[in-house]
Amino acid sequence: MTGLGEQILFWVLGPISVVAALGLLFAKKAVHAAICVALVMVNLGIFYLAEQAPFLGVIQIFVYTGAVMMLFLFVVMLIGVDSSDSLVETLRGQRWAALLLALGLAVLIFTAVGTVTFGPMQGLDDVNNGAGNVSTLASLIFGQYVWAFEITSALLITAAMGAMVLAHRERLGQRPGQRVWAERRVRSGRNVAGLPAPGVYARSNAVDTPALLPDGTPSELSVSRVLVAREQVTTPVPYITSAEDVEGEIEEGYER
Amino acid sequence: MSNATFALEALTGIPQHLAALAPATTDNPKADFSDTPWWLSLVKALLIFVYLLLSTLLVIWFERRVIGRMQQRPGPNRTGPFGLLQTLADGMKLMLKEDITPAAADRVVYSLAPLIAATMAFVSFAIIPIGPDVWMFGHHTPLQLTDLPVAVLLVLAVAGIGVYGIVLAGWSSGSTYPLVGGLRSSAQVISYEIAMGLALVAVFLYSGSMSTSQIVAAQSSLWYILPAFFSFVVYVITMVGETNRLPFDLAEGEGELTGGFHTEYSSMRFAMFYLAEYINMFTVSALATTMFLGGWQAPPGIAAINSGMFNHGWWGILWFTIKLWIFMWFFVWLRGSLPRVRYDQFMRLGWKFLIPVTLAWVVAVAFIRGAQLGYLGDSTVGLVGREFPVATLVIVGVIAALALGATWVWEGKQADKVARESAPPPERIDPYAGGYPVPPMPGQELVEPSPAISGSPTPVALKEDTRG
Repeated sequence: MTGLGEQILFWVLGPISVVAALGLLFAKKAVHAAICVALVMVNLGIFYLAEQAPFLGVIQIFVYTGAVMMLFLFVVMLIGVDSSDSLVETLRGQRWAALLLALGLAVLIFTAVGTVTFGPMQGLDDVNNGAGNVSTLASLIFGQYVWAFEITSALLITAAMGAMVLAHRERLGQRPGQRVWAERRVRSGRNVAGLPAPGVYARSNAVDTPALLPDGTPSELSVSRVLVAREQVTTPVPYITSAEDVEGEIEEGYER
Repeated sequence: MSNATFALEALTGIPQHLAALAPATTDNPKADFSDTPWWLSLVKALLIFVYLLLSTLLVIWFERRVIGRMQQRPGPNRTGPFGLLQTLADGMKLMLKEDITPAAADRVVYSLAPLIAATMAFVSFAIIPIGPDVWMFGHHTPLQLTDLPVAVLLVLAVAGIGVYGIVLAGWSSGSTYPLVGGLRSSAQVISYEIAMGLALVAVFLYSGSMSTSQIVAAQSSLWYILPAFFSFVVYVITMVGETNRLPFDLAEGEGELTGGFHTEYSSMRFAMFYLAEYINMFTVSALATTMFLGGWQAPPGIAAINSGMFNHGWWGILWFTIKLWIFMWFFVWLRGSLPRVRYDQFMRLGWKFLIPVTLAWVVAVAFIRGAQLGYLGDSTVGLVGREFPVATLVIVGVIAALALGATWVWEGKQADKVARESAPPPERIDPYAGGYPVPPMPGQELVEPSPAISGSPTPVALKEDTRG
């Protein structure tokens, strides 16, 4: 029989896990979904601990929550602070097909699990109180199953290497350095001293404000291409007019 | 010998009949909690909480005073005797400040993050053995909240969850500096946790267990700082990286990130991060004490007095606290003397140096342990009246030779590098040799750029010589 403490633990953490798992499906922001998965994994680890498998439980938390989910979170955060899922369907009828398949899978799993019969509970007390949980596990992994273990690790390493090779892009040709750029500019004779810096005005100093050419027109070269593409460039007109106003006032003062 | 056993021996290289030579003991905790009722565990949890809070109050004052001394100034000395109450006053002020949530913040996660960081900091201390068995309220119980067969792994796992607090704080603040700080922190902790775990593996191999009470008991005759000296050095480096302290405080570097992940936090929520940082320092120091310095056991000389009277009962807390504070002093000393390292240098140190070198060290320790336990043959050789196992001598000799060879190669390379860098500049220099005018170094003689102007005979031939 399961103890009272274990039952309480299960009925407290079970619903939390289910809610967190549903949160993964329905969360709008990717980071929220990642937090939900991390919560599910911590709960799984605690369940393992309650099932007298301390090594498995702690490793579950250590590896999956501490490392794997953290890397997921890392990537999700890098992708964008506020990127939400787009709700536009790219394949027609994809959602209904997915729903049907999910229903089919659910029926399959529930019928399969429903027919399972459990034998009398053994518990791990004998094993845990003998040589100890970790030693027994170790003698199984490095004794009876050493080949399965080694082959799995070789497969995993191969997979990791393959992913790196596939994702790695070789650079074609030399990356132009500062010196090469300078030589190129001198040779072409255009913008020899580099591109003009963005505008510095009496009341503003920002990268999104273009500088003024000698004839008073704004220089398009002085602002970054990225800002132009995003249409985030401001006009220098207010700063010029305010400066002209001040000049006018000074002249008025002289005249008085 | 059956075929299957023979095949297994051939494949694994471990003779099956020798498996009986392995220590037949269990790897389960040594601490006996059978006489500990549930309310006593609650009392112990409360005591640990109070111990940690008081230590934090004290260590912040201690840090400011010691750093003050190192910088030729007194440090806080106005509030209370010797300024001892300064931290309390600062904490009160922090609590009464306005709690600001930025408009761009993700409100739920923003509040959740400091809670995760602060609570996870306290959890790890549950498995630290602070003292031996004592009588407490009529029960004979160890001075330790609980123990597991995998207690040390639990500390690493909890540290991994504690990072979520920092990462989520960075993300949920909705601004750039905290985000970069959070990203740096997650990368930093994940990479240094690998080296830290590998460093601890050597201790697991020596003690044959991952339970803290068992590890402390195994150090009764020899502290692991001696046989696992390299692990100790690596652990001390990684524990500084793991707690985001100078010189590895890249996640909150003021000069680069204006505070990093906690830039937007204020009041109580900021205080929680502050508390978590100091309690994490205590946790990693306590783990170092337990793993390498014999935990609560008295130092060798004192332990022998009066047939070990200082090694029993409540004395354990004293030795444990002294060792803990040696590490805290080391943290402060580091902060007072070292500048912050650059982020890429820090990552290179972790991935390209610490992890491979520690891996090699773990393999070496595995061989040494295997030889000690008799897996590699049990013949002995007599030397100066003592018996030494041959396998151990051979293994230690091989490792020493390898280490010596590696040092020799490395030193040769260093000498070449120094010779190359300290070579004197050429005596004559053509300032236009590379196409751009280059000023001469002190003591260098200028070659006139063109023979037509200077009339000197052959500067053209020198061009190639003076380049570079």
